[in-house]
Amino acid sequence: MGVESPARQKKRFSRFATIESLLMASPTDTHAEYLDPILSRHQHNANDLLQILIAAQDHYGYIHSDAIDHLSEQLKLPRSKIEGVSGFYSFLHLQANGEYRVLFSDNITDRMLGNMDLMQSMCSQLWVEPGKVSEDGLLSINTTSCTGLCDQGPALLVNNIAINRLTRERVNAIAELIRERVPVSAWPAMFFAIEDNIRRKDILLDSHLKPGSALAALLQRGTHETLHEIRTSALRGRGGAGFSTGLKWEFCRDAPGEQHYVVCNADEGEPGTFKDRVLLNGYADMVFEGMTLCARIVGASKGFLYLRGEYRYLLEHLQAVLQHRRQQKLLGSNILGHADFNFDIEIHLGAGAYICGEESALIESLEGKRGTPRNRPPFPVTHGYLNQPTVVNNVETFASASLIALHGGAWYAAIGTDTSHGTKILSVSGDCERPGLYEYPFGVTVAQVLADCGAQDTQAVQVSGASGVCIAADEFERHIAFDDIPTAGAFMVFDQSRDMFEVARNFVHFFAHESCGFCTPCRVGTSLLSNMMDKLAEGHGSPYDFAEIEKLNALLQSTSHCGLGHSACNPVLDTIAKFRPAYDKRLAQKDFVPAFDLDHALSQARQMTGRDDTGAHLERSHE
Amino acid sequence: MNAETKKLRVATTSLAGCFGCHISFLDIDERLLDLVQLVEFDRSPLTDIKTCGPCDIGIIEGGLCNAENVHVLREFRANCKILIALGACAVNGGLPAQRNHLSLSAILEEVYHAQHGLVDGFIPNDPELPLPLDKVHPIHEVVKVDYFIPGCPPSADAIWKVLTDLLAGKEPELGHGLIHYD
Amino acid sequence: MNKDVTFALSSAGVGESVARGQLDRGGVAMNNKPATFTLDGKTIPFSAGQTLIQAAMAAGVYIPHLCYNPEFKPHGSCKLCTVKADGRHTSSCTHQAQDGMVVESDTKEINDERRALLQMLFVEGNHFCPSCEKSGNCQLQATAYEIGMMSPHFDHFFPDRPLDASHPDYLLDFNRCILCSLCVRASRDVDGKNVFALSGRGIKSHLIVNAKSGRLADTGFSGEDKAAHVCPVGVILKKRVGFAVPIGSRSFDEQPISATPHPGPAAATLPPHPQGACPVGPRSNAATLPPHPTVKDV
Repeated sequence: MGVESPARQKKRFSRFATIESLLMASPTDTHAEYLDPILSRHQHNANDLLQILIAAQDHYGYIHSDAIDHLSEQLKLPRSKIEGVSGFYSFLHLQANGEYRVLFSDNITDRMLGNMDLMQSMCSQLWVEPGKVSEDGLLSINTTSCTGLCDQGPALLVNNIAINRLTRERVNAIAELIRERVPVSAWPAMFFAIEDNIRRKDILLDSHLKPGSALAALLQRGTHETLHEIRTSALRGRGGAGFSTGLKWEFCRDAPGEQHYVVCNADEGEPGTFKDRVLLNGYADMVFEGMTLCARIVGASKGFLYLRGEYRYLLEHLQAVLQHRRQQKLLGSNILGHADFNFDIEIHLGAGAYICGEESALIESLEGKRGTPRNRPPFPVTHGYLNQPTVVNNVETFASASLIALHGGAWYAAIGTDTSHGTKILSVSGDCERPGLYEYPFGVTVAQVLADCGAQDTQAVQVSGASGVCIAADEFERHIAFDDIPTAGAFMVFDQSRDMFEVARNFVHFFAHESCGFCTPCRVGTSLLSNMMDKLAEGHGSPYDFAEIEKLNALLQSTSHCGLGHSACNPVLDTIAKFRPAYDKRLAQKDFVPAFDLDHALSQARQMTGRDDTGAHLERSHE
Repeated sequence: MNAETKKLRVATTSLAGCFGCHISFLDIDERLLDLVQLVEFDRSPLTDIKTCGPCDIGIIEGGLCNAENVHVLREFRANCKILIALGACAVNGGLPAQRNHLSLSAILEEVYHAQHGLVDGFIPNDPELPLPLDKVHPIHEVVKVDYFIPGCPPSADAIWKVLTDLLAGKEPELGHGLIHYD
Repeated sequence: MNKDVTFALSSAGVGESVARGQLDRGGVAMNNKPATFTLDGKTIPFSAGQTLIQAAMAAGVYIPHLCYNPEFKPHGSCKLCTVKADGRHTSSCTHQAQDGMVVESDTKEINDERRALLQMLFVEGNHFCPSCEKSGNCQLQATAYEIGMMSPHFDHFFPDRPLDASHPDYLLDFNRCILCSLCVRASRDVDGKNVFALSGRGIKSHLIVNAKSGRLADTGFSGEDKAAHVCPVGVILKKRVGFAVPIGSRSFDEQPISATPHPGPAAATLPPHPQGACPVGPRSNAATLPPHPTVKDV
């Protein structure tokens, strides 16, 4: 897996030229040829279904119906399940979707940098409509949720590989490369030069941790004692919820099970968050070392890194780090010479589903299923992967744990504030001169971050992504801390020129796109909300619609199955409360008007009858 | 209530409906005599008044399938203090809305051109005819509606209950047996 | 744990329930008295491992539900059975009963929420009751009656969901699917066939069948399957038996879905019983119809 080799690319691209050879083989044989090696690599393990499907699509371009037959037979899975899983993940396709699949990142920060114009330009150059496959089957162009390149956008994915810093010139060049059918592996390397943009280092980003040193400290200090250090450090989960890491590890250790598992959540899907990408790129050893520590403490011999599909360009690098650690006896059997210390890490890829950042959905996905959040309790610490005790922690949490193992809990606890210890890495993007990564001790004010990143004339900051909180100028003295402004890391800056209604609308669309569809309120409610925001955007809002949005918000918060539904209305509520004028100018109508365009609803009839008289038209609102 | 009380003015109409709801309304039978003590009818199939004047209550049967339906609905909304959606079609589009999964072009094509036995078929284009909407909509998607009486048709008792509740100044409620969607 | 509703990318809530000792309250007779909770003020006994809805049903108290079926593992997706347990919203079909818990169900607040959820289900699909064979026996419809849903309220999605009439004896009308997964669970867990599955995501979630052709006729489906008999709405329909039971005699014509001594709020507002005959429309049921008050009465 990883970036496709030129040889494999060539093989795939040549399939249209060898129709005769395809016709001669039976359909299943054709697919068995590339599927069997994939299946062998995964030991025909049905839990790896998602990984197998991703690899199958990499090879063939989409998941062919005959391929499903073969997988169904080989994995002893009903084809309905395979189709159901394929249908869940937005990067998987059950129909041909072009040899080049271009997805423009559509976070608000990409919008602010003009991604829509660039996409339109590429579409017109290549004669294709967004969301459709070109007539010759060569390509498709669409949007996708935030790809985590907000500090170097606008960005896109081509066959799931990231390209940053799109400009008109770059888009023109890409269009030309596609027209010329140049394999993606042969495109200019500079297109794929993803930057770390580390702007402020503190204990973590400046640690230069020597691989193995934290493990050595663990072995020297003792397992129990190291857990004690983690408890002493008061480290809390860095993925947003802030649960005590030491407590989680302890619960997992104490939970009965045949196996224990350690999972690193690198499904960094929260719009505006990209710190884990940088950590995995430059600090992977620290992350893996933290996982290995955890494994020793909870008694796990197997771990997973769940890497979001958008970051798959990091896969080869991460595999190399893992391999190097195995060679250094930091991973695998007899770690650092201890016969009872065995642990290895497998990387699983996501495939375009934000919900898999929710830990129980992530576990479902690891098990090769649709990423639907489980009913909790039981929690993963007792019933996680394959119903066994499982720790799921964020990338940054594991990296921090390595530091604590090395330097001790008291050292760590002394940093930050009384309630929030240690440091937090912020991914800063939007309207500022120096977007990128900023690591601060907890307690830093919003104003300080804004000053450091060179933000001017700032109107608002969206902290912790779409599901986070929108901070207005009068709150800039508030602190980044669990008891003030908690965050998973996103810090999107909006200056006075930005329309905060459009910010909220972008996030609402994001939630509707990412709702897993399991529970009624989120499945239907996020789409209803999305439609209502569109109605306001088109100038057809009235106080009635406003009241409806507030009602919907209350319902989603009280009845949704998981955090996605609970937070889907946050951006709207925050911006209504803090940027009311942005809404007021949309409430152009005194009374209710329809959401759909009545005159447009007559256009088909006009076309069919050739009429254009006054009776053939309708006003949208009644005067 | 005594006879001195000013009578409430009520208008009714059927849009994309079958008049079944109106027939059900008439099924209140002898209670109609009680009703006319309290109300007088404006535009309605009962009166043959062609346009709706200022009213207390407007009752709409049927959904919106064409431009004229929209005009009539708006006329009612503009003139009636209280607007009631009467029956399945007004409430959720009903039977006519079952065309909504087809494109209007395909429907017109099928009906006026492709259907077996048609010779030189053409799609009527007289400006007198209202143009069909691409989808059939329930009325609450186009104007604000105050009350709904579901059913295909709603029973006379359901209609009676809602009207008498309203006349008594109560929030209308239908219990088991009176509320039904079929 | 912070109270912020930040989308929990970590294990929100784990410590909370442990810390509150909830896991220890489940059905354990602390002081040799049977464990109980109160539901709208009524004391409900329960045994270890029972969920709120199981205990409530055993005690004859109705909590509205659609995706819950006592014969299957609870799912918790429709959210109709939402109650407030110790002040917090939760699905009563998945929430284990705990001693001393205070549960609210039949309140205006919760019924308003349930009504909105029902309205969402109605606008999401194409639910045209007058032409549906399941009408009168449909749990979605009956629950909406129970909760007093007078209109779908929201704008309709009017999705295009072609039906599947390929099977000789059964019809699939996906227009009415509410994604409760009961057929999926029945086919998988009881029939061992996996005839049904969910595909898609979000508002595009949809039911599929286990056949390359996508047709029911090409699956192992049979009328004998449990899955043929669990659909709470009118998706999985046996052919040639529709409308056999006359209006007035169908399941929920006879009595409301609650059918408990604890009627819902809508039923509570019914006027007293008739003194004389009332005109009965063709679709009315004389036995259960309330009287029409005279104008003077109101």
